[in-house]
Amino acid sequence: MFSRKLFGALAGVAVAALSASGAMAQAKDKIKVGFIYVGPVGDHGWSYQHDQGRQAMVKALGDKVETTFVESVPEADSERAIEQLARTGHDLIFTTSFGFMEPTLKVAKKYPKIKFEHATGFKRAPNVSTYAAKFHEGRYIIGQIAGRMTKSGVIGYVGAFPIPEVIAGINAFYLGAQSVNPDVKIKVVWANTWYDPAKEGDAAKALLDQGVDMLAQHTDSPAPIQAAEARGKFGFGQASDMERFAPKAQLTAIIDNWSDYYIARAKAVLDGTWKSEDTWGGLAENMVIMSPYKNMPDDVKKMAEETEAAIKSGKLNPFKCPVYGQDGKEIECKGNGALSDEQVLGMNFYVKGIEDKIPQ
Amino acid sequence: MTTFEAILLTIVTASTPLLIAALGELVTERSGVLNLGVEGMMAMGAACSFAAAVSFDSTLVGVLAGMTAGALMAALFALAVLGFAANQVGSGLALTIFGLGLSGLIGAPFVGARRDPVAPVDIPGLSDIPYIGRLFFEQDLFVYASFALTILIALYLTRTRSGLTLRSIGENHTSANALGLPVLRVRFLAILFGGACAGLAGAYLALVYTRFWSPGMTAGRGWIALALVVFAAWRPGWLLIGAYIFGAATVLQLHAQAAQFGVPSQVLSAVPYLATILALLLLSLRHGRAVGAPGSLGTPFVPDR
Repeated sequence: MFSRKLFGALAGVAVAALSASGAMAQAKDKIKVGFIYVGPVGDHGWSYQHDQGRQAMVKALGDKVETTFVESVPEADSERAIEQLARTGHDLIFTTSFGFMEPTLKVAKKYPKIKFEHATGFKRAPNVSTYAAKFHEGRYIIGQIAGRMTKSGVIGYVGAFPIPEVIAGINAFYLGAQSVNPDVKIKVVWANTWYDPAKEGDAAKALLDQGVDMLAQHTDSPAPIQAAEARGKFGFGQASDMERFAPKAQLTAIIDNWSDYYIARAKAVLDGTWKSEDTWGGLAENMVIMSPYKNMPDDVKKMAEETEAAIKSGKLNPFKCPVYGQDGKEIECKGNGALSDEQVLGMNFYVKGIEDKIPQ
Repeated sequence: MTTFEAILLTIVTASTPLLIAALGELVTERSGVLNLGVEGMMAMGAACSFAAAVSFDSTLVGVLAGMTAGALMAALFALAVLGFAANQVGSGLALTIFGLGLSGLIGAPFVGARRDPVAPVDIPGLSDIPYIGRLFFEQDLFVYASFALTILIALYLTRTRSGLTLRSIGENHTSANALGLPVLRVRFLAILFGGACAGLAGAYLALVYTRFWSPGMTAGRGWIALALVVFAAWRPGWLLIGAYIFGAATVLQLHAQAAQFGVPSQVLSAVPYLATILALLLLSLRHGRAVGAPGSLGTPFVPDR
């Protein structure tokens, strides 16, 4: 599903895409906006939050937009769904999963007048923008909370697929934990699915059975945090606030907030000012929001709030240099005092202290 | 609870829905009908059981609603393949797609609701046996029901007259019809039974396994149940073994990952499929003869032809 060789193509395509001009910009009175979701809107997680963004857009722009969405679109079969939206008169199409990257570009080439927005990808074209959120900022905070709260000294992580986005999340989570608890250990289990509540729950149970008492997840359903709740352990909500599934276990949740971005992009198409861009927003841009810190002692809460403020103000970067790889060697620092965006977006190594291997 | 017991418990929960759904399909297929709609019926069972359980705050009502929903879906399928002698493969696939869609619609108002765990029922005396005691005798009623169903279906198929009738209809419906056996009626009941079982498996998934509803939560379990029937060579006993091997491998590969053995997780994810196929293949090889599908499986029956 996620071809590794694609990452090699990163630089070339990105540069070519920036010389965008495309069709002449023109203001419009009303546009049709389409959305492709990888899961069902009722997944309580990833797709649910994208749909919240769509609804916010409808609320904000009223009659000026007409929206359509197609849910549960398999990545392998997405081209048909995207083309269907393109053919039915949509002016702006959001494709909201990494695996939709190639199909989006393919369809975009055929329909140069339609604007496309691809989430979490890295390839752009004159009529294809990309956008993603710096979830790793939130993961650094929950890592610190887990590091402070753990009694067993072992924290767990349910991952979906070993792609850079997930690996960067694991690293940020672990670096956060390590910053307050240098001896903390982490166990990672890959569910090899974004969405299979029962299997995600089993993965969480496997971690809990092996002594993990703090559970982070990068899969889409509330099953893992619910498993933590059932065992009297703690966890963190993913993508949306999962408090109702785990009122005692949820310490906080990393919420994806696409609303502002979706409204801004639809407005840009209406005004005729839409351009192909790459947007990567975090806590400062409100694209990542932390739900209220709960079920934790006051001093831990205070620490979390301070870290959140520091990341927002730019004082703290989860990947501030030096960052060490698993072998203990320092990773070359290509950014300004921290790893560069490209290094984070293409991350394919674990940091020092994680004992597991990345499945290749 | 020791780690060992905890792991075994998870295996039971992972295996039970597969076993229940596959048992129902086994009976349907033994009567000569291939119903590829298990996934859809299961999804409907999950949605309806959860909706009913939350609305009436009763697990029992939920279970009954789930089974009814599965049976109703199956009745629709029966209408197509028995009433109109439609293609079974096509009708079954349509049933799956229809069930997945309709379950999303029915479950929509219940997205985000949650249920408390179903209390396990302790069988006094037996639950004190070390290791396996708590595992098999301190479970929820679904687990007991799945064991009972396996035994009852095995006895029914091999030891009763009505079971013999069902099997002979599955083997050769033309001859069975010539003998005066009620082909369509038996098949109709077998299809309904299969649907109710799929609905029950769905109810287990929503009420015990995950305890919430979300669309598409069956995540392919209906298809695995279908495959299990084939690899178990249409025998209830082997089906039990197959379902548990699959469940065990699914859970153990997650534990192997957490224990950091260093085997790639993609390989481990394939283990349940490989292990199940291998085990059931070995079983059927040991039996010395190839075990075939019921003779009339998948062929429509039109009386007086």
